Amino acid sequence: MKQVVISPITRLEGHGKIVVCLDDEGNCKKAYLQVPELRGFEKFAEGRHAEDMAQITPRICGVCPTAHHMASTKTLDDLFKVEPPDAAKKIRELVYSVFMLEDHAIHFYILGGPDFIVGPTAPRAERNVVGVVNKVGKDIALKIITMRKTLRKMNETLAGRAIHPVIGLPGGVSRPVSSEEVQQLKKIGDEAVDFGRFTLKVLKDLILSNKDYVSLITSDAYTHKTYYMGLVDEKNHVNFYDGKIRIVDPNGKEYAKFDVHEYLDQLAEHVEPWTYIKFPYLKQVGWKGFTDGEDSGITSVAPLARLNAADGMATPEAQAAYEEMFKTLGGKPVHYTLANHWARVVEMIHAAERLRELANDPEIMSPEIRKLPTETPREGIGVVEAPRGTLIHHYETDERGVIRKANLMVATQHNAARIALSVDKAARSFIRGGRIDDGMLNMVEMAFRAYDPCHACGTHSLPGSMPFMIYVYDKDGNLTDTVKRNLP
Amino acid sequence: MTEKPKIAMYWCASCGGCEEAVVDLAEKILDVVGLVDIVFWPVAMDFKTEDVEKLPDGSITASLINGGVRVTEHKYMVEMLRRKSKIVIAYGACSSWGGVPALGNLYNTKELISRAYNEVSSLNNPEGASPQPSMDVDGTTLELPPLLPRLLPIDQVIDVDYYIPGCPPTADVTWNALKALLSGELPPKGSVIGASDKALCDQCPLNESKPDKVLIKDLKRPHQVIPDPAKCLLTQGLLCLGPATRGGCEALCVKARMPCTGCFGPLDRVTDYGAKAASFMASIIDLQDPEALEEVVDKLPDPVGTFYRYTLAASSLGGSVRGNKS
Repeated sequence: MKQVVISPITRLEGHGKIVVCLDDEGNCKKAYLQVPELRGFEKFAEGRHAEDMAQITPRICGVCPTAHHMASTKTLDDLFKVEPPDAAKKIRELVYSVFMLEDHAIHFYILGGPDFIVGPTAPRAERNVVGVVNKVGKDIALKIITMRKTLRKMNETLAGRAIHPVIGLPGGVSRPVSSEEVQQLKKIGDEAVDFGRFTLKVLKDLILSNKDYVSLITSDAYTHKTYYMGLVDEKNHVNFYDGKIRIVDPNGKEYAKFDVHEYLDQLAEHVEPWTYIKFPYLKQVGWKGFTDGEDSGITSVAPLARLNAADGMATPEAQAAYEEMFKTLGGKPVHYTLANHWARVVEMIHAAERLRELANDPEIMSPEIRKLPTETPREGIGVVEAPRGTLIHHYETDERGVIRKANLMVATQHNAARIALSVDKAARSFIRGGRIDDGMLNMVEMAFRAYDPCHACGTHSLPGSMPFMIYVYDKDGNLTDTVKRNLP
Repeated sequence: MTEKPKIAMYWCASCGGCEEAVVDLAEKILDVVGLVDIVFWPVAMDFKTEDVEKLPDGSITASLINGGVRVTEHKYMVEMLRRKSKIVIAYGACSSWGGVPALGNLYNTKELISRAYNEVSSLNNPEGASPQPSMDVDGTTLELPPLLPRLLPIDQVIDVDYYIPGCPPTADVTWNALKALLSGELPPKGSVIGASDKALCDQCPLNESKPDKVLIKDLKRPHQVIPDPAKCLLTQGLLCLGPATRGGCEALCVKARMPCTGCFGPLDRVTDYGAKAASFMASIIDLQDPEALEEVVDKLPDPVGTFYRYTLAASSLGGSVRGNKS
């Protein structure tokens, strides 16, 4: 069968390639998104000091290091059985809100946005941030760049570093927030909310006002009906930092709501031999292959899934934007994959409003930011909503706090099965009769890009099992031998 | 008008933090884009491998490569970029010395694959499927690049001209290095660019509180002590690796009251960062009684993850550890 290979897939975090298989008529028969890399974090976590995991696991992903840092820090609280002071929790959530806003912004303006702001079938050399700058003008580009820089600098101060933060410790955070920083934060909070509003306007003016784009967003080529998962607070509103995991079925009905300590009862992982990424699914529903619907355990995470899985947003302007989105797109749940771009902007407004709330909370300046652990560590589990979805860390240690076992269920993994469905369907919809051009292939890439996947996160681990094949290389990396085990 | 220099940026076994570090140049990015033609940058631009393969050999002015070489595809890509480029720069800790993912070199690939798989509690895989280098699926062949036996810094695969340190390099360090590159004012081949050859203590706000000779009688892990924010962390028993580490980050971690973990790597003329750092730490422990000494050393159950967190693949231990555990 003839293959067309897109390699590497671009404007995402990490590695990937798409293989499009054509039949004799030149129609796409099947398309695969393969993730060709792995590093092995779960294994080499063994032997490490548990508290170092908060700095080691961010190296899974330098785009969302703060998500791993916070998931790890919360896992350490649980592991050492220590409850951080309220101020410490608020500082963590403040840092997290700053991070969510800038991370979503980078996707909207640099990674995913060019597909719409510049155009899905614009020339390859223009479909990028430079094309965005040319389209929106240098003044607006500078406004976006300056906002991002302000947010990154703020987190460098609050969390030690924007890339690979260091403040998280079991029982709290390492540094307090000063009164000068709070003054700065209050100003940034107002600017951030303005920036969220501005981004919603960009979305409306440049994307939603274009009828062709709207029909693309709502087309069957980019639609799948799956379960949706995300963290919610006690009012079932979206929460990025804490709460219970809630799952709704493809009709929008609550399927489960549980504490992360029960994740192994609810979730399981499936392995396919053609990719290094694993495919989590709902354990009780079961793995039914690459198919959507109520009978298939495939679930989805990230912005659209979070909004589908919740009853609303915890802040007023985000709630208004949430209502507008669902009203326009025909009510909950929304199954259009490309609506993730809209949901992401709703979440930017939420992150900005939460940042402003926390900046104005007097407790944020409290010097009570740490409680030293006194209990012997054994096992800990923690969860946050990463920008790309639900992120679970799970550690077991010896009595010295040295990791014996680690399991990480990472955002992009939860989306992997639905992304596989999306890429396959988009390719089958657009590639017909042997006609293939660059714009068409980009429209296939748009099917994964909307999720803002992170394949570095997705392949932190080494999935795989017996049987396997061992390649033997000499010191220069030349293949010298191949050993097969349990293979025909 | 003369042609603009062509720049490529690529990632191997990396986390994407190095890409974000470049984006952190913020408004300076617009200057860079004006001065150079970026011909390959998968995180942000849609040029594909085939576009780079079509370029003449030696036509890229400089390739900045981050991430270590973990799978065969990385090896192909760095070799290809070497051919296409006049200058190759190892950008960041992973491409320079392996970085955090090189801790995987403590295990061989068989162990990594089988143990990681069999022990992960969330898996449900009764048929024992696993990723295969070549696989027939519904009449089509799909291929995956297999793992190399160890993760390699890129200079163990190709010739490297310069190194930009850090996990990740900061925006200032990146900018210093780019200025040197674009002005053509480059030091001898093999040099570190963008950061000084002074230890981190030189940039540390707590350096004034550090005595000429640090001596300690106890070790603390970061979660075991709330340090005095005005005093050198080393003197408080926290293993701050600043004295053994190249400056350049402006002591970001220490300013957040956390010890330096050594991500800017060794100073010039130091070949094994971890050995240097460990011997320095041994020299400041002020205990004569062997039992007391042993008790203190036991407080640090993971010396490899402490001293070699970013440099294992470039160390003298790098290869020999592999295979010791089976």
